[in-house]
Amino acid sequence: MSWLTILGDYTFQNVVMGAAFLGIISGALGSFAVLRGQSLLGDAISHAALPGVCLGFIVAGSRNMGSIIIGAAITGGLAALLMLALTRMSRLKTDAALGSCLSIFFAIGVVLLTYIQGTENASQGGLDAFLFGQAAATLRSDVWIMGGITFVALAILAALWKQAKLVTFDAEFARTLGMPVTLIEVLLTTMITLAVVVGLQMVGVVLMAAMIVAPAVAARQWSRHLGGMVMIAALVGVISGISGATLSTLGRGLATGPLIILSASAIVLVSLAIAPGRGILWEVLRLARQRWSLQKRQILYVLYQTRLEQDESERSPWLSRSALTAFALYRLKRQGLLTSFRNAAALGKSARQWRLTPSGVRQAQQITATFNIPQHG
Amino acid sequence: MLEAFFNNAELQIMLVGAMVGTASSLVGTFLVLRGNSMLSDAISHSIVFGIVVVWLLTHHQSGPVQLIGAALTGLLTVFLTELLASTRRMKQDAAIGLVFPALFSIGVLLLNVYANDVHIDTHTVLLGEIGFVWLDTVEVLGYHVPQAVVSMTIMLTLNLIFVGAFFKELKLSTFDPALAKALGFAPGVLFYALLMLTSSTAVAAFDAVGAVLFIAFAIVPPAAAYLLTDRVWLMLALGTLISTAASVSGYYIAVQWDVSIGGMMAVMTGVFLLLAFIAGPRYGIISQRLRRHRARGLAAG
Repeated sequence: MSWLTILGDYTFQNVVMGAAFLGIISGALGSFAVLRGQSLLGDAISHAALPGVCLGFIVAGSRNMGSIIIGAAITGGLAALLMLALTRMSRLKTDAALGSCLSIFFAIGVVLLTYIQGTENASQGGLDAFLFGQAAATLRSDVWIMGGITFVALAILAALWKQAKLVTFDAEFARTLGMPVTLIEVLLTTMITLAVVVGLQMVGVVLMAAMIVAPAVAARQWSRHLGGMVMIAALVGVISGISGATLSTLGRGLATGPLIILSASAIVLVSLAIAPGRGILWEVLRLARQRWSLQKRQILYVLYQTRLEQDESERSPWLSRSALTAFALYRLKRQGLLTSFRNAAALGKSARQWRLTPSGVRQAQQITATFNIPQHG
Repeated sequence: MLEAFFNNAELQIMLVGAMVGTASSLVGTFLVLRGNSMLSDAISHSIVFGIVVVWLLTHHQSGPVQLIGAALTGLLTVFLTELLASTRRMKQDAAIGLVFPALFSIGVLLLNVYANDVHIDTHTVLLGEIGFVWLDTVEVLGYHVPQAVVSMTIMLTLNLIFVGAFFKELKLSTFDPALAKALGFAPGVLFYALLMLTSSTAVAAFDAVGAVLFIAFAIVPPAAAYLLTDRVWLMLALGTLISTAASVSGYYIAVQWDVSIGGMMAVMTGVFLLLAFIAGPRYGIISQRLRRHRARGLAAG
């Protein structure tokens, strides 16, 4: 297949558009979930969508996208509410409440799935696809539904932007301002359901967890502002969605959902490594530079002190003979701050001795001054 | 008598359910108490990766190699999670939400690539089918014992020994890890051992109930028990009782409605959780209301 035929392919266009919508909505809503410490909520809600998918199928009698999405939204929302009830009204912690809701709702879904199989409905084939997603089966009408949901979610988010932001970062303050905090929290929690239903067709209920978390975590590395984070998260979602969909078209027989998730994970890893300011690579470099500067000052200081106290030809100061120190000594020598010479008289020590050069002495004096240690003797 | 038992599919299915429930709630209790319930979710998904990799390397689909492989995969999951969280660039739950889908995705893709050779399909991996456990038997002492009974017996024994031998240490490191460390115990090692047992139990339970329903057995009975008692040993006992009751009742309802047996057993654990949530003697909603009502009455008059 050449690139042009792929781009012109009807199925491919559907998949790419669907993946893009999924990326936008899950990135935007996922940012709030991750910031509010509810990263695994998407996991629970997406598993809880399974019984809804089955119910939608039973009610409609066929694989009708509209009724399946409504069903998924209802059971996903119910699971979110049950989760909130369990954490607020009992002594269960969030993790146990999430795990319980997730597994109970999924179990109901499995029971309904086998019930549907038992009724031997001819069109039941394809319900399994919602477990792992089946992007290739996306119809143009499905894409419009996904787009509509994405638009609605973004509109709600835009309308409630200030309130959502305040509740996310300082719920107590929002409460003192008289905001309906609980209502907004419930809304932000249940809106994850909208992202999940968009993802049903593309990545399936099992892998939606990562679609909520990954773009948001990647975006967090690049931005310190909520607006920037939400926008970057949506972009990351779109990129991983489209690249996953494209890879699965090129590599025959590879499932779309896992490829989208792995693309998103790869972007997270790259972001963790190189994002400006927060990247791990920069931190490692910064630490190495700090360690070097400290070591340099220590060595120069020690050599300078010995020089003040005694005739340096008699005895060399004690220097750790580790590889790290040796490396530092040679590096200082290359910078012209030290010279080395051999001294056979030094008993039991390495024959190589170190001495400050005149420019080394000048630097050491500056360092001693900044150390501000009172000179004794 | 044993002969009769091993010819009775019904009893065997319920037994396997109860064994899965008991073995998982033994380890699940400590996960719930530590606030690490979602690790069971992560582990049960990522062992799919472990199972496929072990299969590709050794062509063993079950048995001790798979149990060890699963234990290592569980460790890998937790190790990667803590590695990501230790960068302090994301919280632990976000790290969990990144690691297990990635491992699971790799597992699914490997299955896609080697689909023709592997007799594991993703559907079984997720859902399992406890109704068929009596078909897959091995011969032990002249009896045809279901494979699942053998592997679950091993895991149940291991978990019992672990919890029994380290009961005090587990309690201490669960409720006060700092003190445990100060007293010279190794709470970290104990925690990793717990997670290795969790993942081995998951893989042993795998054929019977599948990856996701394992979470129901590991988390929901302990969570329900947590709403009923303050004592760890009683929580363990109640967890066992609830999972056994869920297995038996789930089986009969599933047969009645002709639906997934494992699924129905898991749904029943949820029913018990709801019962404990609403009608629990001390922490249930009703008794909370009553207490508040009585307190108001006292205050008023």
